[in-house]
Amino acid sequence: MAPLLQVQGVSKRFGATVALERLSLEVARGEFVALLGGSGSGKSTLLRLVAGFEAPDEGRILLDGADLGPLPPHARPVSMMFQSYALFPHLSVFDNVAYGLRREGRPRGEIARRVAEALEMVGLSGLERRRPHQLSGGQRQRVALVRALVKRPPLLLLDEPLGALDAGLRERTGLELRALQRATGAGFIMVTHDQAEALALADRVAVLEQGRLAQYGPPRELYERPATRFVAGFLGAANVLEGRVGADGRVDCAAAGCTLRPAAPPPRAPGEALAVALRPERIRLVDERRAPAENAAAGTLRDLAYRGEAWLALVATAGGQELRVSLPGGATPPAPGAPVALAWDAAAVVPLAD
Amino acid sequence: MRRLLLLAPPFLWLLAFVAAPVAILLAIALAEPAMGVPPFTPPLAWDGEGPRWRGTLLSFAILAEDRFYLDAFLRSLRVAFLSALLCLLLAYPMALGILRARPSRRLPLLLLVLLPFWTGFLLRIGAWIGLLRDEGWLNGVLRGLGLIEAPVPMLYTDLALYLGMVHSYLPFAVLPLYAALSRLDPALEEAAADLGARPAVAFLTVTLPLSFPGALAGFLLVFIPAAGEFVIPELLGPPEAQLVGRVLWTEFFQNRDWPLAAALAVALLALLVLPIRLFQRLEARP
Amino acid sequence: MRRAGLALGLAFLWAPVILLVAYAFSADRIPFQWGGFSLRWFRALAENERLLEAALLSLRIAAGAATLATLLGGLAGWALARFGPFRGRALFGVLVGSPLVLPEVVTGLSLLLLFVALQGAVGWPAGRGALTVLLAHTTIGMAYVAVVVQARLAEQGRLLEEAAADLGARPFTVFRTVTLPLIAPALLAGWLLAFTLSLDDLVVASFVSGPAGTTLPMYLFGQIRLGLTPEINALGAVILALAGSALALVGWVLRRAARRMG
Repeated sequence: MAPLLQVQGVSKRFGATVALERLSLEVARGEFVALLGGSGSGKSTLLRLVAGFEAPDEGRILLDGADLGPLPPHARPVSMMFQSYALFPHLSVFDNVAYGLRREGRPRGEIARRVAEALEMVGLSGLERRRPHQLSGGQRQRVALVRALVKRPPLLLLDEPLGALDAGLRERTGLELRALQRATGAGFIMVTHDQAEALALADRVAVLEQGRLAQYGPPRELYERPATRFVAGFLGAANVLEGRVGADGRVDCAAAGCTLRPAAPPPRAPGEALAVALRPERIRLVDERRAPAENAAAGTLRDLAYRGEAWLALVATAGGQELRVSLPGGATPPAPGAPVALAWDAAAVVPLAD
Repeated sequence: MRRLLLLAPPFLWLLAFVAAPVAILLAIALAEPAMGVPPFTPPLAWDGEGPRWRGTLLSFAILAEDRFYLDAFLRSLRVAFLSALLCLLLAYPMALGILRARPSRRLPLLLLVLLPFWTGFLLRIGAWIGLLRDEGWLNGVLRGLGLIEAPVPMLYTDLALYLGMVHSYLPFAVLPLYAALSRLDPALEEAAADLGARPAVAFLTVTLPLSFPGALAGFLLVFIPAAGEFVIPELLGPPEAQLVGRVLWTEFFQNRDWPLAAALAVALLALLVLPIRLFQRLEARP
Repeated sequence: MRRAGLALGLAFLWAPVILLVAYAFSADRIPFQWGGFSLRWFRALAENERLLEAALLSLRIAAGAATLATLLGGLAGWALARFGPFRGRALFGVLVGSPLVLPEVVTGLSLLLLFVALQGAVGWPAGRGALTVLLAHTTIGMAYVAVVVQARLAEQGRLLEEAAADLGARPFTVFRTVTLPLIAPALLAGWLLAFTLSLDDLVVASFVSGPAGTTLPMYLFGQIRLGLTPEINALGAVILALAGSALALVGWVLRRAARRMG
């Protein structure tokens, strides 16, 4: 059985700007995929190409193995939830949700029943007669969601679905979104610039960098084994250390004044340059006298910022590079200016491909 | 205090040149026509002891009784309505066309709609006369093509009247419509398409109802001045196109019946109060 | 489909204008008849003293009325957008908007009746002519300027002015350094609108003017009723050329202003 969605070598340019560059990606049935990237990374363009609002310059997009290319947007079985929600301001909540079913020519009774079910599912029963402007932001968001879902599309495209919500509402709504996805069994592709959102909700995360796919995989894999400097920096702001592979599989990093030893031998020959990612929360403070010879560094605490669950410490190492270190929020850290010794496990050392 | 100083000049000006004239218009509509300069007896006069009311409803009685004036009003309303409707029908595809053009082309296209407006109203009317009259350009072309043998009368017909009206007022319909359409979120039509609406259905169910206030504003922006239009019916229309503006002009300039002209103006105002209020409410919307 | 609609509409708007200009270069005595290329009608235009006189009068009235209208309308628009509630605000709003929606014949007739009454009561304005037309056109123009300025200020919000006041600018300095530059494009657009309306007005001028004040539209109206000559084609060509250049100039100025403001 073919995957639900196949994006095959798709490119899209707007004038001189390249939005997507030979991008390929697959989405499995019932999978929740997050497209993560900064502005201009091409993530929204990819969504619009799948919905049919733009045509690719090259490449193909297949749904259930069938090419979507010849189909105009209104004939594509995918549905989209817009960033602005695009609720029809002149129609009631009921008519907004019923809009797609009416276009399918469903009987009135079926429309009434399915709209009622859909509104019930997101706790909006009783608001059928309201107009969009009479709803709160969270209610509008849910109307937009069920309007797209009520047609039971095999694939739902969501453009920053939580972007317009207050911080307090985002987390809960996100979890509701995933519960809904599990319940309907539809494939979800969600565009977001918020890495926490992507990691928390998606089965797989695709990180886009300037129209290219930087890495595509489950959230833990991306977080713990970022493939590139970009992914390492974008997800969780990892420290990237530039080093050189030594004779016995260690990596010497002059800028941080330390020797790193990954758990597995690095994928490079001795003498070659290698960049390594090191997560701030995997680094710990140790007693200077008990610091190991490898996977450790010494430096001066430059600055401290309290973040509630943790302290963010900036440590200037002997070699000059600054390391971000995350310390437990409950502990009392040393004062800025104090000399500190840092250490980490071999498993925390992640060689980067690029 | 400083505000009062700044407010005074425009406020006093408007009281003097907008409020006062309308009040005087109302008063003179109630005056009795008379020989002399000015050709009426003031409705309120001072005769030694105090003010004395000498007003009369004579002019309004003439308007109500003489079928000629009622017909003029009905004809004006019909011509204004049809002109506004024709303008709207032509303006919709134009406004949509400008909106769908590349962003860098929109302003030049809007200017193309407006620039003919700056050739001078009377010159454009003169051009229509030159094109439409019996020995005019259009009859010449049609004869040259062998489509007709004798000239077809076009000038001084309803055709010429509506051509002139629509040509003169079209930009008034395009601009508010374009403004209304450009305020719509483009995602709305995309959402309709995404939910399975063909382009025509998306237009009818989403764009058309949402642009209705703009369309109504454009309609009224044509209808209101067209209802009192004088020049176009006078120079292009058939002689029997006795519209209110033309009748008022004749009563004033030829018959020198100022009270009757004023009464016509008051009646026209009364007729337009509702459309004007509606238009102002549309404009006041956010 | 939509492109076809736009093209059709533009063709309808432009066809008479293009023919008007094209036949300005025809030698034939009958307008819109081709009689070979000639500039004779431009020469005739240049020698037509009554027309030139009327045009000069119209230009003077339009410039004066537009300038007065910009001052008064600018104040009115500013008051409506920024003064908040004040006594008589509702009346003020109605009065500002009235000239926009009153039919020309009503405006013209009512202003004439006012001038007649004023002359009878206080002796001013003595007789009717350029001055009364100027007063009438100023009144109409200021309504347009007020609307444009008010819209511009409403769209901008008060934030910038509040920032300037917060930084220590006195009210007049705020107006001079922030408000005025903000509404400058609106004032320019309003001036042009008032100027154009004045140049183009036949009906109101016919009511309020006297024998000594024949404006260009009044002259043309008389000529068109007597019979067309190709001079109107030549005049159309000249006006279109002037309007086109003015538009290009204004576009350039506004673009520069927009660039400076980012």
